[in-house]
Amino acid sequence: MPKQILFACGHTACAGCGQAIAARLVIETAGTNTMVVNNTGCLEVFSTKYPESSWGVPWIHSLFENAAAVASGIEAALKYLGKEDIQIITQAGDGGTADIGLQALSGMWERGHNILSICYDNEAYMNTGVQRSGLTPFDSDTATTPYGKQSFGNPTLKKPVPEIALAHIIPYVATASVGFPQDLQRKVKKALSIKGPKYLQIHVPCPLGWRHTPNLTYKVARLAIETGLYPLIEYENGALSSVRKIKPLPVEEYLKLQGRFKHILNSPEQIKKIQEIANNNIKRYNLLIQEETPSSSI
Amino acid sequence: MREFLEGSQAIARAVALCRAGVVAAYPITPQTHIPEGLSEMVANKEISAQIVNVESEHSAASVVLGAAATGVRAYTATSSQGLLLMSEVLFNIAGLRLPVVLTCANRAVSAPINIWNDQQDSISLRDSGWIQLYAENIQEAVDLHIIAYRVAEEKNVMLPAMVCVDGYTLTHGWEAVNLPEQQAVDKFLPPYNPLYKLDINNPLTLGFLADSDYYMETRFAIQKSHQEALKALLEIFQEFNKYFSRDYQNGLIETYRTQDAEKVIVAMGSVCGTIKDAVDVLRKKGKKVGLLKIITFRPFPAEEIYGALKKVSKVAVLDKALSLGGQAPLYSEIRSVFFGKKSAPKFIRSFVAGLGGRDITLDSIINIFNKLSLKETKEEFLDLKPELLQEKL
Repeated sequence: MPKQILFACGHTACAGCGQAIAARLVIETAGTNTMVVNNTGCLEVFSTKYPESSWGVPWIHSLFENAAAVASGIEAALKYLGKEDIQIITQAGDGGTADIGLQALSGMWERGHNILSICYDNEAYMNTGVQRSGLTPFDSDTATTPYGKQSFGNPTLKKPVPEIALAHIIPYVATASVGFPQDLQRKVKKALSIKGPKYLQIHVPCPLGWRHTPNLTYKVARLAIETGLYPLIEYENGALSSVRKIKPLPVEEYLKLQGRFKHILNSPEQIKKIQEIANNNIKRYNLLIQEETPSSSI
Repeated sequence: MREFLEGSQAIARAVALCRAGVVAAYPITPQTHIPEGLSEMVANKEISAQIVNVESEHSAASVVLGAAATGVRAYTATSSQGLLLMSEVLFNIAGLRLPVVLTCANRAVSAPINIWNDQQDSISLRDSGWIQLYAENIQEAVDLHIIAYRVAEEKNVMLPAMVCVDGYTLTHGWEAVNLPEQQAVDKFLPPYNPLYKLDINNPLTLGFLADSDYYMETRFAIQKSHQEALKALLEIFQEFNKYFSRDYQNGLIETYRTQDAEKVIVAMGSVCGTIKDAVDVLRKKGKKVGLLKIITFRPFPAEEIYGALKKVSKVAVLDKALSLGGQAPLYSEIRSVFFGKKSAPKFIRSFVAGLGGRDITLDSIINIFNKLSLKETKEEFLDLKPELLQEKL
C-alpha cells in the first residue's frame, strides 16, 4: 500500500461496485506521479461530489466524450513545460469509450499521445439507469433492450474495442478484470512503462445493473473469464503476448447469478448462442489450458 | 513595426506574440489561414508552441481546455459549424474558469450551408460565459487578441475570451498593420500563472459534481466575474492605448461623430468601417449622424451604451445575426438598456443585414439613416430580394 491515499473511501459508489475497486487498484498502481482525466459517468459522480473528492492525484473531469482530447491537451502542455515524465491516465465507462467517446479516443490514439486510456466496462450506461451501450453483451436485459414478447434483450454482440484500438497500431492493448487484481495491476504497470498510447479495458461487475447481490462481484467477475465470455488478452506492438488460460466452465454458471440474463435461463437456444460466443473466444485466443503444460498463475 | 499583412497572418502573429504554448484547431473556412500560419511558425522553429492537429472542433476545444488546466496558455480558432460543435466544451471551459482565447472567424450557420460572413455563430454563444470582443479591422483584430489574454487571465476574472473577426473581410483582407514588439507584449501580458491548475505537487480535483446545494453559486460567480471583467477591460484598454499608442476610447464601445448626432447606428465588427464612411458622406451634407460601435459585447457595457445614446433621438441597431422567432439579439439588448430610463431615444429600430455574406454597401447604410426619419417600428431585413420570396406553384 502506498503511503498516500490516492483513492479515498467515503465515496458514494454502490456496495459491491466493481468499478470502484478497479479504479483504486489502477491509481494505487500508477502512483502519485499521475494525472487523471475522467469522462462523465458513475466513477466521476461517486468520487467527486463537491465539497468532497476521493482523489489524491491531480484529477479533471470535463464532459462525457472528451477525456481523450482533454488528456491530449494536458500531454501537449506537459511537453511544452518539459514535464514529460508525468503519467496521464484517462478513465471512462463503456459508453464513454465505445460510443460517445470513441472519436476523441481514436484521434488521441492516432496522434500517438503518451496516455493510458482505461475503459471500466460494466456493460451498460449504469449512471443513467442501465441503458444498453456498444459494450452490452448479447441478450442482456437492459432498460433500452428489455426482454419482452419479441425480444431476448440486447440483440448485438459487444463492440470489439480492443481490436479497434489495435487497428490504430498502438503499442499496448489489453483486457483485465477486477476479479484478477494482480493481473490487472501488472497490466497497468506494464502499460505505463511503454511510451505512446495504451488501451486497457477492465471488466467490472455492476451489482445494480447486472442484478446480482453485492457480495458476488468478485465471483461474477471471475466467472466471466472462466467461462470464456471475457477473454483476458494482452497485445504488445500488435502481437498477442499473453492470454489467461482457462478450464472453461459452462456459460450458465456465469449467467445464472445475474438478473440481466434471468429471462434466458429457461431458453436452451439462447444459452447455446451465448455458449457459442464463449467457444469462439476460446478457439480464437487459444484459451484452453493444456494438461501437460500448466499455465503460470497470474 | 508596420507590415502589410493578411488578417489571418496578422492574427497568427499576434497569438505568437502572446506566447500561446498549446494550439489546437480543426480546419474550417474561413478560419484556416490562422492555424496554418501558426503551424508554419512552429515548423520553422520560430515559436515553441505545441500544435495538436485534432479530429474535430469538439476535440480542439477540449485540448485547449486540458492545456489551460495544466497552466499553459492555450489558443484555438474556428468558425460557424465548428463553433457550434465546440459549444458544449465552450460552456464547460467557462464553468471551469479557464482563460482560453479563441478566434471566431465569423461565418453564417447551416442550413443552407454558406461559408460567407455574418455573426450568427458567435452571437449564438453569447450565453456561454465567454468574453466576446468584436474587431472592426485587422489592426483591432491583432490588438484584441493581446487584450483578450490579458483580461481573461486577470485573477478576479478568469474567464475565456472570444475575439470575433468577420470572415473574409478581416481574415482574408490585407491591411498595413502595426505589430507590437515582443518585448512590449511580454511586459503588457505577463506569463500565465493561474492559482489553480493540475499539479502533481498539489493535487486538486477539477470539474467536480455540484448538486443543487452548490451549483447556483458557481453560476452567480461567473456573472459577477463578468462585471469584474467590465471594470478590468476599462483599465486594460487605457493601459493598452497608452502603451501601444492606440485609441480605443474606453474599449467597451467606440463613438464616432455622435456628439451632436440625431441619428445613430449601433453595430459590431467590420461593418463599422462602412458605417463610418457613410457617416462622413452624410456629415458633409450637413446631416447629424453617427455610429456607436460595440467592441465588448460580453460583458455587455449597458452603462456606457446608455451614456452614448441617451441624447440621441433616433437609433438604428444593425444585427448580422438573428434570434429566430424573437427580436434581433443586439437590438433587444440595446432596447433593454433604456427601459424605465428618463432619457432615451425617441425610437430604436431593428435592421438585419448582411446574412450569409450579402454585401452591406455604403448605400445600404445611407438607406438605414434615411429610413430613420420615419417612425416605423417593424424589424427590417436590409436588401432583401422580394423576387426570391415569391411562392412558385
